[in-house]
Amino acid sequence: MKLITAIVKPFKLDDVKDALKAAGVQGITVSEVRGFGRQGGHSETYRGAEYKIDFVPKVRLELVVDDSSVDAVVAAIKASANTGKIGDGKIWVASVDRLVRIRTGEEGPDAI
Amino acid sequence: MESGNIAWVLISSALVLFMTPGLAFFYGGMDRNRNVLNMLMMNFYCVLIIPILWVAVGYSLSQTPFDNDFIGGFDSFFLKDITVAGDGMSLAVVAFLGMFAAITPALISGAVADRMKFSAWAIFVPVWSLLVYVPVFKWVYGGWLADRGSIDFAGGTAIHVNAGIAALAAVMVLGKRKSAPTPPHSMPLVMIGTGILWFGWFGFNAGSALAANGAAAQAFMNTFLAAAAAGLAWILIEWLRDGHPTNLGAASGIVSGLVAITPAAGYVSGASPIFIGLIAGVICCYAVRLKHKFGYDDALDVVGVHFVGGLVGSLLIGFFANPSFFDGAFMEGIFYGGGAKLLLEQAIANGAAIVWSFVLTYGIMVALKKTIGVRVSEESEAGGLDLAEHGETAYHGAQ
Repeated sequence: MKLITAIVKPFKLDDVKDALKAAGVQGITVSEVRGFGRQGGHSETYRGAEYKIDFVPKVRLELVVDDSSVDAVVAAIKASANTGKIGDGKIWVASVDRLVRIRTGEEGPDAI
Repeated sequence: MESGNIAWVLISSALVLFMTPGLAFFYGGMDRNRNVLNMLMMNFYCVLIIPILWVAVGYSLSQTPFDNDFIGGFDSFFLKDITVAGDGMSLAVVAFLGMFAAITPALISGAVADRMKFSAWAIFVPVWSLLVYVPVFKWVYGGWLADRGSIDFAGGTAIHVNAGIAALAAVMVLGKRKSAPTPPHSMPLVMIGTGILWFGWFGFNAGSALAANGAAAQAFMNTFLAAAAAGLAWILIEWLRDGHPTNLGAASGIVSGLVAITPAAGYVSGASPIFIGLIAGVICCYAVRLKHKFGYDDALDVVGVHFVGGLVGSLLIGFFANPSFFDGAFMEGIFYGGGAKLLLEQAIANGAAIVWSFVLTYGIMVALKKTIGVRVSEESEAGGLDLAEHGETAYHGAQ
């Protein structure tokens, strides 16, 4: 089992969700986050004074998948979140030691 | 006719009262999210304490005829001798003027944002109102400045210049905020506040005719036009200079136009309010940057908008005043063949208000600083005044 975490542009969330559903993913967890990467932040001007906004809004998706689906899921996110412009985000994959479905107590790949 | 007049003054009174929450939202939206409730409370406190103070002593000391040109008398303390005989107009006027008394110290709150102790503000407001607002109001409306020939239709000198220069004195004693200024936490709140202010300002200016007459209608039209012209001027400058027309620029321009037309509202006509608005919008748009140059921490630009806007509007009366249009007993401005006499009197009136307000406000703030202190602790300032001073937060989990 792998945990796939992706940081994407907020307006791309719907496209990514549709692509993941099409790839057979059963569920994802989404959070609104802020951060900076090579894109850096942006500046805003109020009454002629410039304010640097270092942390820009992004969306973080998290999902646990079976080892066999990792490549397809990563490919789906990569294709659907891509705009070709700086700030498109990142995807990373990490191993998961244990997974439990709370309602039934199922464990491992059965709980995905 | 009397019933029409009193109806308009009563409606205008309610409109002016509504300006204080409008001002609270205008300032509150610009403030940071951990201090917004403190900002609202500083404003709402003014409509809690001032009505009582006004009826107790303020009205009498600023209005009742007394044998001098500097301060009123004691005869109307607690509305003594104010009756509803006749059309009840005298009572309606006490209420109307009380609304002005309430919003004037509230204007100062934007300058001291993010670091003033609420207990110090609670004392500052009534003391400032009695020692600064009341005498200046008397001088301008029935005192020595009025006798000399200066005019102030709805409170450019008595309210905006007065409170604006007081804001400068207050922040000079208070000192700068510990952390760097932040962008407005809620621009929609600023825009709601601006809309309420503009709406209420029709009562402020047109109501100051104290009658439902032609001067009220012209003041109404002037309030409409000057705000629009100033807002337009401000966003055009931003567009050319900074690349974007901003909501805060539109809001700031509207308020600066409203401030500038306040003293002139019942004295100018035709295209004059448009010129006054344009001039005020341009000057205030640059004046709000002076604090960066001179290093005083006027958090939400009370000096740049209210002091500068009020002064510009008051001095422009010296050019645009048109007594023949109003059949009025005031001097002509330079553009109407009056020469520089009115302009000189406007300058003297504002100079007197500036000196009195600055010196007394500085003194009040120093006295508060040496007794109960004027600043919250560094810990409270960092953690937010909402929680530290009021035990509540606007947005749960706000930073």
